[in-house]
Amino acid sequence: MAALYEEFTLCGLVQTQNASDSPIQGIELDGDSDHVVVTDSTRSVTLYKVSDQKPLGSWTVKQGQLLTCPAVFNFQTKEYVVVSDNKVIRVWKDEDLSLDKTFKATVSADVWRVHSAPGGEPVVLFQRGAVRLLDSLLSAPQQPIEDVLSEEEVIRWSTNIVAEKQHFVLFTTEQKGERCLYVQRLNPNTLQKYRLEREDSGAAPLSFSASLRDKHLNLLYLYPNGCVYQSVVAAQGYVGLEGVQPLPRSLRLRLPVGEGELGAASAVALDEAHVAVVGVPHPSARTGKDFLCIWNTNFQTLQAGKEMVGRIHGQVWCYLGKLFVPHGKALSVIPYECQKSSLASALGKLRHAGIAVSKSSVAVPSWNTLLHGDQPQGPTKIVETRKSKLSRKSQSAQALTVDQVLELIKTRPVDEVQREVEALVSRGDAQDLQLSVGQLACHLVARSQAETAFYTPVALAQLVQTQCLCHSVCPDLLLLALEHKDYFLCQLCLQLFPDIPEVVTCACLKTFISVPDGDVEMVSLEPDSVSFMEGLVAAGARGGQQNGFSPPLFEEDSCDVNHQPKPPQDKKNPTLQLEACPVGLHKAVLLNEVLQTPYSDNFLLPHLKDLNTQQVILFLQYLQFVYLKYSQDIYTQTPVLRSPTMTQIIDWVCLLLDAHFTVLVMAPDAKGLLSNLQSFVKSQVKLFSELGNIESSLQELHKMKPSKDISQYSIEVIELF
Amino acid sequence: MGEFKVHRVRFFDYMPAAIRAMAFNAHTERLALGRMDGSVEIFNFADHYFQEKVIPGKDSRSIEALCWVGGRLFSAGLNGEVTEYDLESLRPKYSLEAYGGPIWTITSNSQGAHLAIGCEDGTVKLFEVLEESIQFERNLDRQKGRILSISWHPSGAQIAAGMMDMIRVFDVPTGRAVQRLLVDRGFGGSKSRETVVWSVVFLSDFTIISGDSAGKVQVWDGHTGTLVKTHLVTKWDVLALSVSKDESSVVAGTSEGTVIQFQFIAPTLQQQDKEWVRTRTFKNHTHDVRALAEIETAIVSGGMDTQLVVRPLLEKFDERSHASALRKIHFPHRNLVFCAKKAGLLLFQFPGQLELWRLGESDGHGKPGDSLPLKRKPEKLLHLKRKGEDHICCSALSSCGGWLAYSTMSSVRLYRLQTDNNDISITKVPKLPKVLRSAHQLCFSSDSSKLFAASSQSSVLVIALSQSECKYVHTLKPKSGSRQPIHLMTNSVDGKWLSTANSDCEIHVYNVQKLKLHCIVPVYGSCPSAMGIHPTTNNLTMVHADQQIFEYSIVEKQYTDWSRKLQKQGLHNLWLDRDTPVTHVTFNPKNPEQILLHDMHMFCIIDQSLPLPDQKTQFYNQMTLRSLSEQGRPSHLHAFKICKTFQDLLSVSLLDDQSLVMVERPLLAITSQLPAPVRQKKFAT
Repeated sequence: MAALYEEFTLCGLVQTQNASDSPIQGIELDGDSDHVVVTDSTRSVTLYKVSDQKPLGSWTVKQGQLLTCPAVFNFQTKEYVVVSDNKVIRVWKDEDLSLDKTFKATVSADVWRVHSAPGGEPVVLFQRGAVRLLDSLLSAPQQPIEDVLSEEEVIRWSTNIVAEKQHFVLFTTEQKGERCLYVQRLNPNTLQKYRLEREDSGAAPLSFSASLRDKHLNLLYLYPNGCVYQSVVAAQGYVGLEGVQPLPRSLRLRLPVGEGELGAASAVALDEAHVAVVGVPHPSARTGKDFLCIWNTNFQTLQAGKEMVGRIHGQVWCYLGKLFVPHGKALSVIPYECQKSSLASALGKLRHAGIAVSKSSVAVPSWNTLLHGDQPQGPTKIVETRKSKLSRKSQSAQALTVDQVLELIKTRPVDEVQREVEALVSRGDAQDLQLSVGQLACHLVARSQAETAFYTPVALAQLVQTQCLCHSVCPDLLLLALEHKDYFLCQLCLQLFPDIPEVVTCACLKTFISVPDGDVEMVSLEPDSVSFMEGLVAAGARGGQQNGFSPPLFEEDSCDVNHQPKPPQDKKNPTLQLEACPVGLHKAVLLNEVLQTPYSDNFLLPHLKDLNTQQVILFLQYLQFVYLKYSQDIYTQTPVLRSPTMTQIIDWVCLLLDAHFTVLVMAPDAKGLLSNLQSFVKSQVKLFSELGNIESSLQELHKMKPSKDISQYSIEVIELF
Repeated sequence: MGEFKVHRVRFFDYMPAAIRAMAFNAHTERLALGRMDGSVEIFNFADHYFQEKVIPGKDSRSIEALCWVGGRLFSAGLNGEVTEYDLESLRPKYSLEAYGGPIWTITSNSQGAHLAIGCEDGTVKLFEVLEESIQFERNLDRQKGRILSISWHPSGAQIAAGMMDMIRVFDVPTGRAVQRLLVDRGFGGSKSRETVVWSVVFLSDFTIISGDSAGKVQVWDGHTGTLVKTHLVTKWDVLALSVSKDESSVVAGTSEGTVIQFQFIAPTLQQQDKEWVRTRTFKNHTHDVRALAEIETAIVSGGMDTQLVVRPLLEKFDERSHASALRKIHFPHRNLVFCAKKAGLLLFQFPGQLELWRLGESDGHGKPGDSLPLKRKPEKLLHLKRKGEDHICCSALSSCGGWLAYSTMSSVRLYRLQTDNNDISITKVPKLPKVLRSAHQLCFSSDSSKLFAASSQSSVLVIALSQSECKYVHTLKPKSGSRQPIHLMTNSVDGKWLSTANSDCEIHVYNVQKLKLHCIVPVYGSCPSAMGIHPTTNNLTMVHADQQIFEYSIVEKQYTDWSRKLQKQGLHNLWLDRDTPVTHVTFNPKNPEQILLHDMHMFCIIDQSLPLPDQKTQFYNQMTLRSLSEQGRPSHLHAFKICKTFQDLLSVSLLDDQSLVMVERPLLAITSQLPAPVRQKKFAT
């Protein structure tokens, strides 16, 4: 999930004469995490403290001079650098009051941009494509600058990226409709040129955004038709190929553009899954393209949206969890949050829709309400947030905010943490919970993993029961519960998490099946499932058989040539053998949960092989027990909300046999079991073939019907023999 | 055997009238059935439920209730008259105005000496049954509100009468009302509506059982006037009640179409105290069950859905037999369709009109199973409405299509039809002989020169027809002196023989040329349901209600060898198990070995040249033969070739061009014309 928080204005903007130009050239970071350097389109550079929304300092060049590149902060020397009139590089410090008296150097060629990033030296990119480090340039300002680009090639966009030991300057150029990406590596200097794929319309990209992720440079660019493409360039591994490489691209997102094409729009990658876009229409708003939206590129879903009043210039910067968007007469700052996304949370956990309805007090915010319920993004939203702000303020006396609780978790003892989490969960509204529950759980789990003594079963159970949690949000939770033998929590997780990986399911199964019965019987488990299991066991104890029941498997066995002769009393009375449940009641309940967990067999099969033979046999015996119960009289029971279906049982039997067949064939104590199981399969196959027959004969009936047309009169021919 | 071109006719919109009342005479085993159109039908339950007699209806007559007194049948209706029927001449003997407004019910006491009727004006009127008539005796105390149902106590001393919201018990000798039993109204919205006590039954232990419009069957103590037990059986009305002869069982018919049985038994084992317990529910009707009779071994019910259902009580049977099968009687056991074989015309008889149709034509040829393209569609040539109030009881069409006759209870009309190409002209023959007043059966000789009319006392009037005039020739009278009406009449193609059958099961053969009785076929115990004279051999083929087939040589005055062989070997069980009588016998002039028969569910060609099937033979063998090769067939052939392709058959005839005419009336079409049944909640609707 991602969310946009309430915006605030950093500064007002002066309209330029040419309305299409943005009043802001650029926003760069300062050494301080709360400071930004804003360069306007004419002559001045202003330093702002963001959280206070106030300027800390401002510098202006003389009338007649013009700033031609955004000011940057040299993180190594703590100086600011700006270029005026294309060729004059000015360097100044915080305490300097006027730019006139600071250091300046005139270089021999026109400068395109000066780039700076924490951990790297500022670099100067010239308009003809040459790159110099600032230091070396200032040491010899008049050094000759070579032309990298051809005559008519012009730079459209550039950035620099500093990774641990690498420093890249990326820039894109345009020449007669052909666009190229240059990747300049520094130390050692290499230049690689890539050709961007042409868009069908021949339109130029509206914006670029680059980031380094997993040792790859990711370039994200937006076209006027709303397509957002991503291209990946390897950061390491020097490519020795000369000449121009084609740059493959993949479509990450196709934004709804409404009528016409996008004019001024920009996309910036927030993390691997989220993209912030300004200047595009909101899919559920009728008109207007002045929205700021966060999209999830994995699921192509809109995560959050906000209307930006006034003209948008297609500029967006993203620093320190805040988006900077100049629009209308103001530069707005919008804090945002992107949570690790999972399919389950994106889809609102549809699998549990039934349960969510029955426990509507903790309803998962459904996708629809997120999208359309919050549709009026304008004034109403603001009013709402003000209200909630007020209420939050009024509550803050008694209760702590999410952030405070998160801090608490890191240090305080179990009792206190438990109490606070409980309080937070019980008062939070669903919308807030969705975002905070994952964080809370992750923090709790992290601390528990760090300190073995720290474990908060109640708090964790409560978090799971909000149904805002899923396995991918907090992957260590279930394993932690297993480790702490918190079977109740395990059961909850198995019930409520829609996305448990097969390896974890298998780990649970292994733990459950090998745990001594005595350990589990004391644990209190979810009452519904326990009573179901009690009913199942009691059904056999009653000993009564349904009218018309005949045990099908033993009849069929008689014709089976390979069948192992069974002890005679088995043959006489098959129910005797099945009387006892091979596992304890609570253990059976836990195993039932495993049976009902979704899985895909390809992924499950390799992990099933981890079970040892004894475990497999015990589990198979249990499955056999349940199967036989089902084929007897379970259907006379009242239906329980959650109970394993016949199909699930058969599927698990098949999977276990697939995984361990060779071992089981060799094991002497598994022989009777195997032949029984084979007869289950046989009877199921028989059942389905009978059903198939019925289906085809029913279809025949269907075909026969329309052949009889009823008319008032016809002349027909009959033949008698 | 061969291919036949079949005209499959479904445009006969025959619609039976709803059943309103019935009365069973246990002594003669005859069931009298009254329909909404005023007609009365007599079924002989001793003879395979054969519909023996039909008394045609009349516009002004309505029947609300029927009642047997000995062998005499009485009815009463909303026209305010009590009618006695002459079951020999099939007409009302007399009608008596009761002067009490519409009459809802009529019952006799067990002695058969008195009739009680319940009138709209609130009186119960007693009539004395005299030798030849009935005579009004007196009124019981007049009540406010109509009397809807009456039941005599078997002793004859008391009468229970169902009224609006109450039941009255009268003391017959004094005429005083001695008890007043108040009947509760229905629940909910029906609280404001009066409860109609549709039916009461007075048992010899002074228990009164009532069925009412609130859906209750209630048991009362007639001595004290107290309610003993209430069974709420339906949300709608309980319309009819009937008690078994030994008073151990009562059946109730409801508007939902169910029949519910109550039995007087001990509710728990080894307990002496008996009470009325609801035991079984039968659902054989879709609409109101208006009439009910519980007879020895079965429950007979009828209602708005026009069918008569005989539902056997299986505990009364030790083994499965003909009588233990459920039986539904949909169609009358006589012909309503007449076919002019030479002209290709069909005459449909309705109670109120006659319709004359010309069959369509097709010159195509096709494989068996095909429908041929029509060159000409069937055409309705004539729609002839009857004159007067009386319904049509019989009609006839000459085989050349030139003459048409019909009869009501009061008159016979004869018409001359002329068809040139597409024009049809009809002229009524003006002066019919005076002696021709009414007829039970009509038929033309095959050369259309004579008209035979079955008259009273089994006599037949012979009328000579010519272009200019029609002339009475002779009256053929049976020697036996039977007074029963003729229900079947057929003549030979050569014009020499005429054969008649009456309800006494007598079959007479007359020599028409000599105008005298030729012979009497030996009387067989079951009533003939169809007969025909063979065109070449002049053998008379008869099929009886018990499904037996006889062939009698008129010339030799004895049964033929084939008939003897058939009787010796016996008919196949599957043939005998059929539950509808054969209603038509005809022959194939091109192939003298073939006899064509049909009943409601099948059509059969008997080939006399083939071996008769024995009990082990596969009887319905057409499918098997179809699957066999040409060489394999002869060994499987037998005489009965049965085709079940056509269902709900009203008539089968063979035209002179060897094509068959099958007149079907699908039951579904009848059902679709019925009014909507009471709404029942089904599947959470």
